[in-house]
Amino acid sequence: MSVLVDKNTRLLVQGITGKFGGFHAKLSLEYGTTVAAGVTPGKGGMIWEDQVPVFNTVKDAVENEGINATAIFVPPPFAADSILEAIDAEIPLIVAITEGVPVRDMAQVKAALQNSNCRLIGPNCPGIITPDQCRIGIMPGYIHKPGRVGVISRSGTLTYEAVWQLTVRGHGQSTCIGIGGDPINGTSHTDALKLFNDDPDTDAIIMIGEIGGSAEEEAAAYIKEHVKKPVAAFIAGTTAPPGRRMGHAGAIVSGNSGSAEGKITALKAAGIEVAETPSEMADALLRIYHP
Amino acid sequence: MNIHECQAKELFSAYGVPVSTGVAVQTEDAFDDALNQFPEDGTIVVKSQIHAGGRGKGTFTDGYQGGVKLVGSRTEAKEVAAKMLGNTLVTHQTGPVGRKVQTIYFTGAESIAHEYYLAILMDRDTSKPVIIASTEGGVDIEEVAENRPEKITKVFVDPTLGIQRFQMRQVAFGLGFTGQAFKDMVKTLNGLYQFFWEKDASMVEVNPLILTEEGGVIALDAKVGFDDNALFRHPDIVALRDLNEEDAKEIEASKFSLSYIALDGNIACLVNGAGLAMATMDIIKHFGGDPANFLDVGGGATAEQVTAAFKIILSDPNVEGILVNIFGGIMKCDIIAQGIIEAARNVDITVPLVVRLEGTNVGLGKKLLDESGLDLTAADSLTDAAEKIVNLVKEA
Repeated sequence: MSVLVDKNTRLLVQGITGKFGGFHAKLSLEYGTTVAAGVTPGKGGMIWEDQVPVFNTVKDAVENEGINATAIFVPPPFAADSILEAIDAEIPLIVAITEGVPVRDMAQVKAALQNSNCRLIGPNCPGIITPDQCRIGIMPGYIHKPGRVGVISRSGTLTYEAVWQLTVRGHGQSTCIGIGGDPINGTSHTDALKLFNDDPDTDAIIMIGEIGGSAEEEAAAYIKEHVKKPVAAFIAGTTAPPGRRMGHAGAIVSGNSGSAEGKITALKAAGIEVAETPSEMADALLRIYHP
Repeated sequence: MNIHECQAKELFSAYGVPVSTGVAVQTEDAFDDALNQFPEDGTIVVKSQIHAGGRGKGTFTDGYQGGVKLVGSRTEAKEVAAKMLGNTLVTHQTGPVGRKVQTIYFTGAESIAHEYYLAILMDRDTSKPVIIASTEGGVDIEEVAENRPEKITKVFVDPTLGIQRFQMRQVAFGLGFTGQAFKDMVKTLNGLYQFFWEKDASMVEVNPLILTEEGGVIALDAKVGFDDNALFRHPDIVALRDLNEEDAKEIEASKFSLSYIALDGNIACLVNGAGLAMATMDIIKHFGGDPANFLDVGGGATAEQVTAAFKIILSDPNVEGILVNIFGGIMKCDIIAQGIIEAARNVDITVPLVVRLEGTNVGLGKKLLDESGLDLTAADSLTDAAEKIVNLVKEA
């Protein structure tokens, strides 16, 4: 009842001995995630929190602990290097939480990904969670509830908002994927939609987008063509002034492209239910989804 | 981060990209020394330096026309520069407030045989640098893209291989260059690409790039922006930052790692998370209000940051109400509530304040606010919060 991660996920945390990485690795552990190993160069051999072995290299961790997913909590100057190390070790799922990775580094990472069988989620994202099974990232676990709605989002707190709206209305989530707010990311809206569309345990989808780029327009075209499941969407940034980056590196309206209006028009034309305000993301879905 | 044309051209020169001789000055006293480098009765271009396009067609707030002028002598250049310096220039990119001109750039004039457009930026769809070139230079490129797309050539560069010689030839031949000018164009393009890549530029735009009557290739204008995320590895670029071009409130916010953007409405917002901050602005507008700013306090804001955020918000004289919207995930609501209470003790909040808390420890957070005796309005949902602040501001 999920995509990408479940109770069989064996998680590596790159940057586990850092303050931020350690804090969230602990929360993932408490949530029930199998945190199988950590990597911090130079700290190989230590045991983190009395139970998780730390290795010097990703390769060592994979060989010793049978890793199938990794979370990257490495500072921006070194994040691309850590992602490339995970690709080299052929970890199928790489989740990069780090905010502030240079775009040039991501262009090179993206090229390396295309020559691999790895999937990258992020960077600059809250991570991915399958409720009650596996939490990778920084989201508050308790707002989630197991169920059959898939959630895809470029923003962290807006995802929590949507998830909470679903949960208080009694609707659980199959998996929630935060794809991140950067201009170049590993998994697009369309990639995530494909996963949910093919997942027999996902019945409906909420997609949260924002200004900048054309990923939502592409997703709209994909939904029109391929997705029969009900999809609701919300686009943030209707009031954002053109030419300014709104917090996220990728949230910018340039010239005639990337505007909220353009995206909303494309989504509506594809038959997607668009929430007028961030308060009614779950309600928008429930107008067209009657489980 | 953006830089001025005169700064961009200095960087271009270092990468072998030909530019006109030029001198930048910040004070009237420096005009004479700068102009002595030009012939007494030669043609000189006087250019206002602000971070916005459309300078030539702009108007100063005192009615003086044109932020870029071609003049026939040093005396005339001095007169024109004196009118521009310290004056406020309004262009289609500055908004009605305009920008104060604090630097004047004198350059030699070139005899133009043809104007081209050349830009390099990171293409989001392909995740690759793209070179955009056109024979239609000196005009608005978005208009060309819309009406004459066949006039625009795009060449994508593999970020792992870098630009190849054949790609430079593609661009130079595509623009119709031949002979020595072709060789110069290839060299210019190579220099621009190396600069773009090595300095982590987000955009390099030369409009126009010209072919002179004498057959030379020159970058006549330069617009350059850098990836903020990569500035840590370019102290030389950081040194070019011109704080005069930035909003004082935005500079103050950046000192506290707050992401703040000033807008022209009257309802301020304080939110955690960039997406939720944008959505909060949107919902204020949806209920008939007008947002005064974008403000993301981030995922782990401290009481000190929240206090700084309130001070920055309230330094905007247009602000008539504040909406605090927090979805406490990792950030606990009681911590935010403490931050608000502490901020209210240090900052005199004289406008209506609506607070919406949701998430971790929300009960505790609400209790703290209730017991603080602060004059604020609590809201249960985002809709409730937006409606309340819009109505309170209207009533006030």
